[in-house]
Amino acid sequence: MTESVSPYTDRRQRHAADMMGMYLFLGTEIMLFGGLFAAMALTRLQHPAEYVAHSRELHLWIGAWNTVILLTSSLFAALAVHAAREGAGRAAARWLGATAAFGLGFLALKATEYTLEFREGLLPVTGGDGALSEPVQRLFMHLYLVSTGLHAVHLTIGICVVTGLAWRLRRAESARAIPVEITGLYWHLIDVVWVFLYPVLYLAR
Amino acid sequence: MSVTRLLVLTWAALLLLLALTVAASFLLVGPPSLAAGIGIAAAKAALIFWVFMHLREDTGLLRVVAIAAFAWLGILFALGGLAYLG
Amino acid sequence: MSTTAEPPAETEEERVSYFRSGTSLRSWLLTTDHKRIAILYLLSITFFFFVGGLAAALVRADLMTPAPDLMTNEGYNRAFSLHGIIMVWFFLIPSIPNTFGNFLIPLMIGARDVAFPRLNLLSWYIYMAGGLFALATLVLGGVDTGWTFYTPLSSMYANGSVVLVATAVFVTGFSSILTGLNFIVTIHKLRCPGMTWGRLPLFIWSHYATSIILVLATPVLAITLALIAAERLFGLGVFNPALGGDPLLFQHLFWFYSHPAVYIMVLPALGVISELVAASARKPVFGYEFVAGSSIAIAVIGFLVWGHHMFVSGQSVYASAIFSFLSLVVAVPSGIKVYNWTATLWKGHIALDPPFLFAMGFIGLFVVGGLTGLVLTMLAVDVHVHDTYFVVAHFHYIMVGGTVSAFFGALHFWWPKITGRLYPLAWGRVAALLIFIGFNLTFFPQFLLGYMGMPRRYHVYPPEFQVLNVLSSSGAGVLGAAYLLPFVYLLWSLRNGAPAGPNPWGATGLEWTVASPPPEHNFAEIPEVTRPPYDYEIERHDA
Ligand code: HEM
Ligand SMILES: [Cu+2]
Repeated sequence: MTESVSPYTDRRQRHAADMMGMYLFLGTEIMLFGGLFAAMALTRLQHPAEYVAHSRELHLWIGAWNTVILLTSSLFAALAVHAAREGAGRAAARWLGATAAFGLGFLALKATEYTLEFREGLLPVTGGDGALSEPVQRLFMHLYLVSTGLHAVHLTIGICVVTGLAWRLRRAESARAIPVEITGLYWHLIDVVWVFLYPVLYLAR
Repeated sequence: MSVTRLLVLTWAALLLLLALTVAASFLLVGPPSLAAGIGIAAAKAALIFWVFMHLREDTGLLRVVAIAAFAWLGILFALGGLAYLG
Repeated sequence: MSTTAEPPAETEEERVSYFRSGTSLRSWLLTTDHKRIAILYLLSITFFFFVGGLAAALVRADLMTPAPDLMTNEGYNRAFSLHGIIMVWFFLIPSIPNTFGNFLIPLMIGARDVAFPRLNLLSWYIYMAGGLFALATLVLGGVDTGWTFYTPLSSMYANGSVVLVATAVFVTGFSSILTGLNFIVTIHKLRCPGMTWGRLPLFIWSHYATSIILVLATPVLAITLALIAAERLFGLGVFNPALGGDPLLFQHLFWFYSHPAVYIMVLPALGVISELVAASARKPVFGYEFVAGSSIAIAVIGFLVWGHHMFVSGQSVYASAIFSFLSLVVAVPSGIKVYNWTATLWKGHIALDPPFLFAMGFIGLFVVGGLTGLVLTMLAVDVHVHDTYFVVAHFHYIMVGGTVSAFFGALHFWWPKITGRLYPLAWGRVAALLIFIGFNLTFFPQFLLGYMGMPRRYHVYPPEFQVLNVLSSSGAGVLGAAYLLPFVYLLWSLRNGAPAGPNPWGATGLEWTVASPPPEHNFAEIPEVTRPPYDYEIERHDA
């Protein structure tokens, strides 16, 4: 096989390319979720009263606490980047570990919330939809499930990546900052998506 | 201001904005409520992008790349909205 | 055309080229060399071009007579759906960017590879995975939704493997995204010293614009297809009015992607033509800045016009008026390009080589396609011709007459660079001419048919339309044969063609400064650019 040659002439060039590539990738994520937000916006536009009524049925406080958890995890991710930039590999690993732990916390609380909704008959899945009486209610809950589900999938990927990175850095005396920065960017974007999902789904009044 | 301090302050600001948006949901209804929800979310996103994602240190080019997708979603919502509302 | 009995021996350049840097299958399947990945793409899209072409042949054969004699209604629907889906996502969208773009972008900007070589290979694998889903769909009987997947047809009524084919398109979408992302970063970060934005070949500018669209539009298609799948599998309801949803939302999301996507298909072709025109005229491109800028303008304005596909959908009339106006605006940058090409050719030292003939064919067909686009975007006219063969003719003039001609033009222009061999020019001229004639014979009658009221997507039609349909189908025969012709002499040239030398056309551009075929790592030393683009004048004075 041919040995591959680096297209780069120096590290700064490579760093700049990596950052730009990541921001472009995040742009595609924004557009992906954007389609879902468009669907939610249209549903609210066409059925304003029902949309608000069903938004009220969600667990506003669970959502709020989960926002707190996720924002805090983002702080940890930012601190990990800071540590990595200072060359403190082990500290970066610790902060990344905390980030992943809070991410797991978010998922656990989210799972609890889904379970509650299932028991209340609000979840549009077999056996859990007993209380869904009218079509728009079902549609709203479908959109809720699809968008929070897609978000959870992204978060799960994020947790895996962050954990893997923390593991690699656990004994590192120094750290290359780029992987941590890139991973951090992804994590923050997942956070941003939730920051919009929360008011749009839970706080419609 | 040290970096750590800045990060923690940003986090505090984000939590404050969260409290604000929850409070707004109890106080406002209809379009003002929607405006508050989206407006505050946008403010939070801006903080996250600016500080946590270090756009404040980045070059102009990277800033444009980072927020271009939001502008493009703006097109979808503006012209799509027009098609429904006009 | 040389008729020596002995094929020329392998040249020294070939021995050290990217082509010989490894001969095992593994060395191809695990390569990260942008040139080899380009070849992988070339082979794969050629395969899909044939699959899509076969479906088209079925459609045209059925339309020879007004009666539904060749296929059942359902079979006919499946044939044209498959044709559209395969041609759009598995041939046209990757056609020029993933082959010529991949091969040439690093060479043209003086780089050793793209910014993310492994991502580049991944992009090909994702494309192939999507392709397998598409072939599976074909084996399982296909779909009858048309390439547009309109709801509620696709979400509620259509039979067939809608979810499977949606998966196919969804998956290949990610290959587009990765390629676009890679190109943008490559063009920003890997230009060699002296290769300023104002010196970039116009091919690069148009691929840059294309990549912007690939990255920003494709994810919206992905989520839309995912929603269709969810709608079919779980009864999601977003596109179903009975469940509180809205089928028009699908059209908005789909065309928010797909109108920009038509520019994904044509912008790379516009870039190719700029190169061919300059090389044929042996003159700098007239108004370089405008041609470069118009690519970006097309990419951006192209996002503002999707509603022209929905004039009769019941969207707000104000929206229709604005979409109509913006669609007129998007034609301006396309017009700028045509004027500037013409001005470039004026008083040029033109050689009637195949690349030039393909470029001329492109310009003629692109102008017809573009102007009929303007006709379609006049609100009142569109009510009359919407969903008729007029629309079919319009977009085939651009996508097939335009882009496929440009693809063949690119193939004839850069073939000596890619393979190191010259092909018989005379045969190239014949192919260019035949393609032009066959194309017009196939699609011009469809303008008339559409204007007379023949709707698209039906295989039964009133007998008075038969003459034009037979004309069109015969044209398709000519066109098909003309497309096959280059395969014969290009493959022949691989063994028997004369060695090309680094710069057989005497063209400017860094890709012509390296050996043909290029060495594995492109440049022994990263070049430095000191001259403006297309400075043919200088060369002439020097000579
Ligand atoms: C000069 C700019 C253009 C204008 C103003 C324009 C206008 C239009 C309009 C109004 C329609 C809708 C007709 C109808 O369904 O009633 C249409 C359809 C279409 N156009 Fe264009 N067009 C332009 C350029 C292009 C280009 C460059 C391409 C391809 C590379 C293209 C590809 C298509 C396709 C694929 C459709 C039909 C989609 C379908 O319904 O299956 N157009 N165009
Ligand atoms: Cu269009």
